Amino acid sequence: MGELSVNHLLGIKYITKEDVDLIFETADHFKEVINRPIKKVPSLRDITIANLFFENSTRTRLSFELAEKRLSADVVNFSAASSSVKKGETLIDTVNNILSMKVDMVVMRHPNPGAGVFLSQHVNASIVNAGDGAHEHPTQALLDSYSIRERLGEVAGKNVVIVGDILHSRVALSNIFALKLQGANVKVCGPQTLIPKHIEKLGVEVETNLRRALEWCDVANMLRVQNERMDISYFPSTREYVQQFGLNKALLDSLDKEITIMHPGPINRGVEITSDVADSDHAIILDQVQNGVAVRMAVIYLLASKIKQ
Amino acid sequence: MSQKILLSAKEIEIILHRLACQLIENHQNFEETVLIGIQPRGIFLAERIQQILQKDYKIEEVKTGRLDITFYRDDFRRSEKPLEANSTKIDFLVENKRVVFIDDVLYTGRSIRSALTAIQSFGRPKEIELLTLIDRRFSRHLPIQPDYNGRQVDAINEEKVKVNWVENAGEDCVYLVNK
Repeated sequence: MGELSVNHLLGIKYITKEDVDLIFETADHFKEVINRPIKKVPSLRDITIANLFFENSTRTRLSFELAEKRLSADVVNFSAASSSVKKGETLIDTVNNILSMKVDMVVMRHPNPGAGVFLSQHVNASIVNAGDGAHEHPTQALLDSYSIRERLGEVAGKNVVIVGDILHSRVALSNIFALKLQGANVKVCGPQTLIPKHIEKLGVEVETNLRRALEWCDVANMLRVQNERMDISYFPSTREYVQQFGLNKALLDSLDKEITIMHPGPINRGVEITSDVADSDHAIILDQVQNGVAVRMAVIYLLASKIKQ
Repeated sequence: MSQKILLSAKEIEIILHRLACQLIENHQNFEETVLIGIQPRGIFLAERIQQILQKDYKIEEVKTGRLDITFYRDDFRRSEKPLEANSTKIDFLVENKRVVFIDDVLYTGRSIRSALTAIQSFGRPKEIELLTLIDRRFSRHLPIQPDYNGRQVDAINEEKVKVNWVENAGEDCVYLVNK
């Protein structure tokens, strides 16, 4: 087992194929660990990690916290709603104050794209990006690829379609980087208004017909419409969106092959995906959540091993 | 770098049979006993002992697992090289069982210390014993001694004991290597 080529996980854009392989191999070991009667290892008992969430999160935050605790790290939590950020403190000041209390690693979610990169240049700690605006969400992309690898054996050569609000989605961007890095074929599908211009430059194809996209793919990653990030109306009505881009059982059954359904959560049942699909054997949504803990343990363990004493 | 042979294939064969017999003396039919090979190098010895017990001494079932101690080591972030993890495979409960740790070389005792912590994740064993092929006495950092021992070796710290198995190096042989 080698070492990561980076000291921070800021985005999939900054890591290599070897890094991804190393993270997955390490995650395999941690997946075994979290299925033991006692799900904890003492590796990180002298490491302190601060979880800084400047934006709401349930799953990611819980998943990171569990991963940290199962590695025996000390954990401090911070959410912007109850902090001095409201009193006008800058990001660097907030983080430096926390670091002066001897914190080794920072897991941060922030509404501004590039917040993680900015922080990594100004503070002396290992930074893990847990989502920065519409930019990247690297651990989500890693756990998505890990789940595909677990279900289908490998990621290389697989056809993956990402459906929904691509424009506002950091999950989509990180997934595109991660899937292309591992040699998968990627299409994006959604209303023309929710697909960024020039996305073909990333090596993905655009498909605006959901049925055609599903007939092509091995894996469909269904994304939520991020209403909270929309300042204008991108499609006429939710009803029309559901008719054109919602995945239901009838559509799934009409395909002449079995495909794997993923969703990063939170699900808007009845909008991008119906309940009978989300709860079916095709969906690996809950596997993704379980794998999330193992993958985050691997990322934190590998980054921590590079922190000098 | 020079090396001399500590144990030949024939000597290893005899020692493995003796160790197996000593295990039988204490554990009889192995109903309540499990063998745990310590990754990465103890697993070959554990499998050999298991084979001898089953083939030559007709013990029907000898439960054998492998335990990786990487995440329990006390030198995380302290060693130059990144620590390399291996697989753990223990598909039985160790709760109330008599556990025998098996490793090829006992040196500082730190691996065994880690293994003692690691095994707790699989339950509370009734007792734990230690079987090693080579015991490098005088080099211990911790108060840990083997219960079953192949050969005691007095080696200085600059020397290295290398255990080769047919499974990983194409021959059964133990060398003392002068670095």
